[in-house]
Amino acid sequence: MEWRRKHVLGLADFSTEEIEFVIDTARSMEDVLTRDIKKVPALRGKTVVNLFFEASTRTRTSFEIAGKRLSADMVNFSSAVSSVEKGETLLDTARNIDSMKPSIIVIRHPASGAAHFLSRYVSCSVINAGDGSNEHPTQGLLDLYSVLKAKDKVKGLKITIIGDILHSRVVRSSLHSFGRMGADLWLCGPASLVPREMGRSGATITYDIREAVRDADVVMMLRIQLERQKTAFFPSLREYARKYGLNSEIFSLAKKDAVIMHPGPINRGVELSDELADSAHSIILNQVESGVAIRMALLYLLAGGHNAAH
Amino acid sequence: MLLIKEGRVIDPESGRDEWGSIVVADGKVADFLPNGEAPKRFDGTVIDAAGKWVLPGLIDMHVHLRDPGFEWKEDIRTGTAAAASGGFASVVCMANTNPVNDHPEVTRYIREKAASQGTANVFPVAAVTRGLEGKEMTDFAELQEAGAVAFSDDGRPVRSALILRRALEYAKAFDLLLMEHAEDHELSEGGAANEGWTAHRLGIPPIPSAAEEIAIARDILLARFTGGRIHIQHISTKMGVDLLRMGKRAGVRVTGETAPHYFTLTDAAIEGYNTHAKMNPPLRGEEDRMAILEGIVDGTIDVIASDHAPHDEYTKRCEFIAASNGIIGLETALPLSMGLLAGGKVTPARLVELMSAAPARILGLKEKGSLRKGADADITIVDPETEWEFGESDVRSKSRNTPFFGWKMRGRAVAVLCHGRITHSLLKGIAPVA
Repeated sequence: MEWRRKHVLGLADFSTEEIEFVIDTARSMEDVLTRDIKKVPALRGKTVVNLFFEASTRTRTSFEIAGKRLSADMVNFSSAVSSVEKGETLLDTARNIDSMKPSIIVIRHPASGAAHFLSRYVSCSVINAGDGSNEHPTQGLLDLYSVLKAKDKVKGLKITIIGDILHSRVVRSSLHSFGRMGADLWLCGPASLVPREMGRSGATITYDIREAVRDADVVMMLRIQLERQKTAFFPSLREYARKYGLNSEIFSLAKKDAVIMHPGPINRGVELSDELADSAHSIILNQVESGVAIRMALLYLLAGGHNAAH
Repeated sequence: MLLIKEGRVIDPESGRDEWGSIVVADGKVADFLPNGEAPKRFDGTVIDAAGKWVLPGLIDMHVHLRDPGFEWKEDIRTGTAAAASGGFASVVCMANTNPVNDHPEVTRYIREKAASQGTANVFPVAAVTRGLEGKEMTDFAELQEAGAVAFSDDGRPVRSALILRRALEYAKAFDLLLMEHAEDHELSEGGAANEGWTAHRLGIPPIPSAAEEIAIARDILLARFTGGRIHIQHISTKMGVDLLRMGKRAGVRVTGETAPHYFTLTDAAIEGYNTHAKMNPPLRGEEDRMAILEGIVDGTIDVIASDHAPHDEYTKRCEFIAASNGIIGLETALPLSMGLLAGGKVTPARLVELMSAAPARILGLKEKGSLRKGADADITIVDPETEWEFGESDVRSKSRNTPFFGWKMRGRAVAVLCHGRITHSLLKGIAPVA
């Protein structure tokens, strides 16, 4: 297929073909990562700005490494401003950066829709690196890629996502990436964090972790995001860990070859027991590795590398 | 002297819906003449109303004129120009100005500026509590003497049930109307869109419908307990309509309004993080929209008001959660409401009731909302057939925050009279009085 997309704002409007195309491109990027010299000149002379309005280490670093492996000039712009009240600041900041003629802006912002908003006012490409509770499309793609590497296919797999569904942008992207590929999706967590309307996504909703994990092929645990909760959605971390934490006993209900995922950072002993996090079932570090390849693929495609190559 | 010749005169207050002419003299309705009886020669302006509807001047009982304090969004001159252009002879303006209309001086300022610069009657609503802070009552009687027609902290509710109880009781002695923006703030705090699939899918912090419903229930219960009179503003939810119906059946002195966007749009309109579909209460689901329609048809909802809320562009040109709440509505309220006529369940007379007769009755504006002899000559002339597209050039307001640009409308106010003075005209040869 021919890549026509200028921005990557969310997976909601990605076609199955586009998702597969990104995955295929990521596979060829992965070849680069296995070389001794992990750098190609594909994006030489292109500037990519990491515009982060929220604290992030791994996503920002992952984009930075991805860009550098493609020889792009990477610029990091981190703002301590986390207040969504500063709307004008976002627009002004973005326009200022756009005036410096980057090829791509990678944005993370606490407001849902911030990347969509930005894309309407800048001339360069925009990649959403997480906007509020909306989407985290590169995470959704790398999760899919990781499962494909572990399981070869996604169709028909029981994939369970457990935790703070309400606030999770990872879920809102993964529902699309796994969903397009025909996974049997399950969402689980305390009822106060799993809105019943989420059933309209096509996923099965349960508040019972045993039911969610039983015969699952993939169990993805979400970080309990205490920082996003103004008032408590559940009584205590202790009770949460007891009712919705994944431990060996619960995990034994899953298929024998089931894998454990987590978008990180992990609260060890809360949503995921220490032993499972480091077990052979965990593909958490593979996710991080896949992340670089996926982000290389998207930077490459958006910077016109694909079209240039032909 | 002015003659509105041979139109369809629809005046539910006097039970009239027939073709005929209205004679206006000295700012009052002087006579009604059935078709055929209009004078051949008339010493004064003649407005040919053939094929048009002649209605008691429309009253928008929920408007933000932003004056004093936010004149870059709207002022009394532009707000009343928008009102006239949209078919309204009168507007009722909310108290959340700066300074807040919690003092007779502010009320007088609004009335005086409206009298000198306005092209519509302006009836100020004063705050229930000083500074809209929900703590101390304002001087109701003094504000009433200065011209306040009702009391509301609109933009926010009176949070304390105790303060609201006191206000309802105290207001009884002066037969004052309290109007409530019904919202449980604790439930809605931080939210920016209706709690439903759309908000959850877009990751927008949700506002549950229960936040409105709980407040409406509270308000009705307090009105019942105190015997006070309360008007529920901008009802947007199904249960809100049900509660209003229940309250009326129980004999509570309660009335309610909705706004055109609540029966025209659903929360699907926020798709793409469209800040021009962001308001408070938020656009709700289809079930709510249908219930609002039902409430309009069966008479539960008394009034359609626009909740005209002008905002400058930059407060809408930002992330969804940071955007201001509200849309302009004076120029779209009538045509959107005329959309209700298509199904036949809402008659033209019922529409006049919703947009003129009922607001006049609820607010105690005795000379308004009717075309009976001797009433104020506030008259709206509507072309029910004209089809037009709403665009920026139609806007007389200072602000442009509306989701309705590009909408095909059917029906439009072609002339408005205010105390016999022509304040708006699209008719050939009939010019508004400067």
